[in-house]
Amino acid sequence: MFRVHHLIVKNQGFMDSQNNNPTSASKDVINANPTITGAEIVIRCLNEEKVKFVFGYPGGAVLHIYDEIYKQNGFKHILVRHEQAAVHAADAYSRATGTVGVALVTSGPGATNAVTGIATAYMDSIPMVVISGQVPVPAIGLDAFQEVDMVGVTRPCVKHNFLVKDVKDIAATMKKAFYIAATGRPGPVVVDIPKDITAHLAEYIYPKSVEMRSYNPVLKGHSGQIKKAIKLLLEAKRPMIYTGGGLVLGDGSHELVKLARALNYPVTNTLMGLGGYPATDKQFVGMLGMHGSYEANMAMQNCDVLIAVGARFDDRVIGDPKDFLSKKRTIIHIDVDPSSISKRVKIDVPIVGHVQSVLSEMNELLAAEKTTNDISAWWKQIDEWRGVKSMVYANSDIVIKPQYVIEKLWEVTKGEAYVTSDVGQHQMWAAQYYKFDKPRRWINSGGLGTMGVGLPYAMGCQFADKDAQVACVTGEGSIQMNIQELSTCAQYGLPIKVIMLNNRYLGMVRQWQEFFYENRYSESYMDSLPDFVKLAESYGHVGMKITNPADVEGALKEAFAKKDKFVFMDFITDQDENVFPMIAAGKGLADMVLKKDNKERHED
Amino acid sequence: MKHIISLLMENEAGALSRVAGLFSARGYNIESLTVAVTEDPTLSRMTIVTAGSDEVIEQIIKQLNKLIDVVKVLDLNDGKYIERELMLVKVKASANFKDEMKRMCDIFRGRIIDVADNSYTIELTGSCSKLDAFLEAIDKTAILETVRTGASGIGRGDRILKI
Repeated sequence: MFRVHHLIVKNQGFMDSQNNNPTSASKDVINANPTITGAEIVIRCLNEEKVKFVFGYPGGAVLHIYDEIYKQNGFKHILVRHEQAAVHAADAYSRATGTVGVALVTSGPGATNAVTGIATAYMDSIPMVVISGQVPVPAIGLDAFQEVDMVGVTRPCVKHNFLVKDVKDIAATMKKAFYIAATGRPGPVVVDIPKDITAHLAEYIYPKSVEMRSYNPVLKGHSGQIKKAIKLLLEAKRPMIYTGGGLVLGDGSHELVKLARALNYPVTNTLMGLGGYPATDKQFVGMLGMHGSYEANMAMQNCDVLIAVGARFDDRVIGDPKDFLSKKRTIIHIDVDPSSISKRVKIDVPIVGHVQSVLSEMNELLAAEKTTNDISAWWKQIDEWRGVKSMVYANSDIVIKPQYVIEKLWEVTKGEAYVTSDVGQHQMWAAQYYKFDKPRRWINSGGLGTMGVGLPYAMGCQFADKDAQVACVTGEGSIQMNIQELSTCAQYGLPIKVIMLNNRYLGMVRQWQEFFYENRYSESYMDSLPDFVKLAESYGHVGMKITNPADVEGALKEAFAKKDKFVFMDFITDQDENVFPMIAAGKGLADMVLKKDNKERHED
Repeated sequence: MKHIISLLMENEAGALSRVAGLFSARGYNIESLTVAVTEDPTLSRMTIVTAGSDEVIEQIIKQLNKLIDVVKVLDLNDGKYIERELMLVKVKASANFKDEMKRMCDIFRGRIIDVADNSYTIELTGSCSKLDAFLEAIDKTAILETVRTGASGIGRGDRILKI
């Protein structure tokens, strides 16, 4: 149990003066187990958890930990330029790999800078462990330099958090943190460690397993409910499969594809769920929700049996729940989190459990089933809705249409790239026009909608898969919220391709101002943009500015051919383009505004 | 509808603030909240009086269960239960109030636990509604100060909340 690879004789002067270390010397003699510093314990725990990358930024309260990082070579530390980016990168690393992302920040401002990243991960249920430094225990509560109550600040946006006040608790707390982050409905866990605790000495005992009487997530679904679900699905006349981020996080995609194909039922994915079902498959009806396809939203609204898998009937997905419930349908809901069930919409058949295990049980039952269900009339109806062609846009040979850039990006990368996005119109176009065939390839901030995630997300993906094509689809507004990370990308030679759709507006804000505020463009115009090409070049990156639609494809090919270079592509796009279809906030799914019904801005 | 929710949680620093934070963050209402350690020093027992529709109460219970420190949650309204609250009321005990206060205190089975020149302090236990009724029954102008603990609840008979 005690893995002691090497012994370092600790300099006692290294420790804080208030040290009343309970691990006394006499005890050491009796146990003959070496004691090591809290900082070294932290590092050992991370290595024990097989952490490959820690994204962080040093500071006073974590200096002992950074000193131990210097001495070890178990994981690689990635030095970012702002703590927010560290957490976003760790978050994306987790989304791309399915493992727990790790970030390390100092106390006070380091910790508060991390909060946006933590809240972003929390909203999308991303497993992460964020270690924050804290002022020494005797200084807590005295408004010490760089002190902030991190446990208090992050309480509403973490799955759980800990303040470690005894060096002997570090290892067990770290074990719990990784366990809580990764199990059940995943989420970020903060471990706040005071500086003096990282200098104190203790034996290193890493628990092999965790048992918590207060935390026992349900994994296996109720068999009776699963049987009931299969029966309902087979009797459906207008069935619909609706899957979200939970399917991706629960690695249930493979089982879902099997189920959907066996049933031959239509499938829609939420924004968070893209890639959960292959977008190029004929059974896929597109993304649903506020900017979802006409066929997905109509099928969702008019189905008679709906199965929701790892999705939560979010306001951006079903709009007004009253309107949604005005149509009668039977709803089956599979989710690992009981509190997601019947939260916004009453559920008829709740199944609490891990999506992969529940779906696999369903597949077994279905394989033994003799009856088949012919839904050709329903498919005929769906094909009629498809005929509306809600995603068709008028291309131009004068000005670059943003949708066209995404379509070409998909072609050039053969649909294989990791695509990260920021938040706004470009995010919706990326979701609508890049056809994700695999899970964990579409990395965006769905729940919190955090502008500025795109570039650090791309960093996390590139570290997760160093040879992969990583594209960051962004806008000139979002990219500037974490533009400093161009420097991190230079330091680590990350060959990310930034696809910036530059319309000189905060496009989504402008779109809402057109629709709901009579074109009063309050503070949505971006003046004084930098020369992005020169900016990229100043970091040693390649910059490209593309203004002509005819150059789009060639430029993308050229950029992706530069396999070892970071390429910043500034696409000057149509300033007037809006995202369609659109369901206004608070409206029902059938209240879609299609492009042809929209008054273009320059027409009025 | 009013509900009394009982829960057992790890007796750890910050556990109370997680519950209080959950109620404020999700906009649930708290009428009262009491908490103290149990016979097992690692566990705290909390009683929360809240109000909401059945759907809201269902969500409150689920959200409480989701807190990592919470071991067990029970909606006492799902069965038979006993509810008790302690109230201390300081009332005027000048000549014209003295007798009335003593009489009301007896009727409500309260006790006068402090006697001063011009005031009595009355201790009263019972359900929240009984304490409300007492405050309704006595002359409002006689009330100098009230302090209430909030309700504690426990299931009747075999209904036991334990791990």
